Amino acid sequence: MSAHDSSVGFEELAMPLFDSLYNFAQWLTQNRDEAEDLVQETYAKALKGFGSFQPGTNFRAWVFRILRNTFLTSRTGLAVSRTVPLESEDESEQTVAVSHETPESILLVQASQQQVQAALERVPVVYREVLLLCDVEEMSYQEIADTLAVPIGTVMSRLYRARKALRSALEGKVPEAKHA
Amino acid sequence: MPDDRWQPKLDQYLDSELSAGEMRGMEAHLRECVSCASDALHRLQLKRVTRLAGQRYTPSAEFRRRIEKQVAAKNRPAHRWLWIPVLASLVVLLAAVVTVGRWYERSRSQQVLAELADLHVADLASPTPVDVASSDRHTVKPWFQGKLPFTFDLPELEGTGYKLVGGRVAYLEHEPGAELLFDVGAHHISVFIFRDRPEIERVFPAHDSRSRVLSFHVESWAAGGLRYFAFSDASPEAIEGLCRLLQQAGA
Repeated sequence: MSAHDSSVGFEELAMPLFDSLYNFAQWLTQNRDEAEDLVQETYAKALKGFGSFQPGTNFRAWVFRILRNTFLTSRTGLAVSRTVPLESEDESEQTVAVSHETPESILLVQASQQQVQAALERVPVVYREVLLLCDVEEMSYQEIADTLAVPIGTVMSRLYRARKALRSALEGKVPEAKHA
Repeated sequence: MPDDRWQPKLDQYLDSELSAGEMRGMEAHLRECVSCASDALHRLQLKRVTRLAGQRYTPSAEFRRRIEKQVAAKNRPAHRWLWIPVLASLVVLLAAVVTVGRWYERSRSQQVLAELADLHVADLASPTPVDVASSDRHTVKPWFQGKLPFTFDLPELEGTGYKLVGGRVAYLEHEPGAELLFDVGAHHISVFIFRDRPEIERVFPAHDSRSRVLSFHVESWAAGGLRYFAFSDASPEAIEGLCRLLQQAGA
């Protein structure tokens, strides 16, 4: 769905993404009602702005970006954005990080789906969203960069930290965060 | 020990973000390096379990219907509005067709009249403008027998101020017709009679019409399957008088 055919209507492009958008929305908001409001507002905004959508660009990234931006301007989103991870987003740092087989990786093999869900809830939203876009939505780094409006290097850096944070959460270690 | 060159790229490898060459290099390395292969396996397991765990929330059927209704409701008017430019284009196209059609018809009628005007002018300039010279309608009309695929009636002009000079066969777009020459005062009036064809009828739709070509007054009418054209530099009233006489004769 990377190319937009002008003969294809909004409904045909947007409705197949409904389940994914809702899942992403509830992971962000952690609340069913807020997730529904977020998805509803996303569809309204996307429909209104569909005329300005550039044919040939990625529709999925475009809609996910609308949803994420809408979330960030919501009350929950604003509260979340005030809490950022301690680590910097040095794009080069992840390239020298070396991890070895550790007890947590062995733990991971035995982790149940519920345990991973609980761990995902505990990681900061900035990491949770990049994990969801990469591993659940299976977006490419470029699509994620388009959705989050950040460089690809930042996507790689966040992914590295997000996976590290997830492993920590699975071990019961809550990632450190600070209030901005 | 994990390889410092390849191990940092394991996530990109599992996310299919390495170039084709690097992918091949990584696969070759993983076949040889047990440590990196083990690391890659654990990272892959993390990806898989994250994918499964991440697909957690499902929208309710009621909410889905609400969004579908929202999208469809706003989409339909948008589609309806799309018809406006389409309709506008059709109107413009129709107007263009009508305009071109009218221009063509006007062009065609001017072409026919110009051809007849040339015949009229050529006859006036000729020392023998008619092939049958007679003021007697009973002489002129029979002369056309066998020369034309139709016949016509000529009026009695005694005491009308009009005088029949004679006639000849004329051709309009390869169709034979009668050209009759009349005098009224010092003026000459050429009357052309042809079979009324659809092509002619289309460009002269009015039963009676008046126009001017090269400053000549022209009157045209259709009657009995024939098309009449009267050309002259005489006044329109003088031309109309002769036309009425011819119409009464053919009625």
